[in-house]
Amino acid sequence: MFDLNPWTLLTIVAMGVVTVITRGFFLISSKPWTLPHWAQRGLQYAPIAALSAVVIPEIVMTQGQLIHTWQDARLFAAAAGVAWFVWQRGVLGTIVAGMLVYLPLKIGLGW
Amino acid sequence: MFYLREHRQRAEFREGVRDQATVAMGIAAWGLMTGVAMVKSGLSALEALLMTLIVYAGSAQLAAVPMIAAGAPLWVILAAAFCVNLRFMVFSAHLRPYLMHLPRWQRLVSGYVTGDLSYVFFARRFPKPGQTPQELARQQAYLMGNCAVNYVAWMLSSVVGVLLANAIPTAWGLGFAGILALLGVLSSLASSPLRIVSAGVAGAAAVAAWALPLKLNILVAIASAVAICLIIESRASGGDAPGGRHV
Repeated sequence: MFDLNPWTLLTIVAMGVVTVITRGFFLISSKPWTLPHWAQRGLQYAPIAALSAVVIPEIVMTQGQLIHTWQDARLFAAAAGVAWFVWQRGVLGTIVAGMLVYLPLKIGLGW
Repeated sequence: MFYLREHRQRAEFREGVRDQATVAMGIAAWGLMTGVAMVKSGLSALEALLMTLIVYAGSAQLAAVPMIAAGAPLWVILAAAFCVNLRFMVFSAHLRPYLMHLPRWQRLVSGYVTGDLSYVFFARRFPKPGQTPQELARQQAYLMGNCAVNYVAWMLSSVVGVLLANAIPTAWGLGFAGILALLGVLSSLASSPLRIVSAGVAGAAAVAAWALPLKLNILVAIASAVAICLIIESRASGGDAPGGRHV
């Protein structure tokens, strides 16, 4: 439980450095510099694209394959979550509604 | 920084706390499952705790742990972590004008604590960087309120996950609550037709490019979605679109 492999520790510290560098990449330099105009316009589409790129595969793929069945708890849970959001506009409710659909299908029916 | 009183005293700090609190449950469920997964994939509890405290990037951690367990070379693990984190470089470019009034170390700490959802909430709340020092300070306070909730929810739940790794059945799929939190925030961002196009293109591209190594499919998806939206935007307005209108 309290094993600490020195090589693993080095890896963890180096990964922490990677986090700092990537999250702060364009914050490092203090020289005046602004993004080109097209990039500034493009950035308004980046947040939703990033979320969608992370979320969609988690809903429609299993082990690297697009799922071939509609009997998957994630599909119904995601639909319930989005439906809740359209109706009530709350993120917390989206999570709760989605999980209320997800858990019975997943644990009860094994989908 | 959320440990600075000058930020905590502002109303915007509390606003950031309130906004991020709506997704705290999803983040906590995700952190819990990440803690469990790190231990089940072969890290000792101590190593998993250190990784949570130092790395603070869930998707990179989940990508790296099986590679560590399999004895992959350090540079391969770091390359994977870097690629999984590449989206944060896009975020940091966006955050730069909001944070440049701070000294460098504060900028880097701010960047380090700003995860996906904190960035998204911030970009939604403040479409434009402040024009005065007062405005910039208020925006920074909001960001730090946001990050504080994210940090505490993630760290506490990850530690619980590590400690209870063998008592929590992964079959329940509690990690899906984290996906639902992201899905809720995604829905809240879908405020213009082109943004919905962006989500559709990115989702399809991420699935189509799944086979790419090191989670590069996420970067391909962001790049293609942004490119397609910029093309549609310039066609629609004769190549003369005002910047940031739909933000």
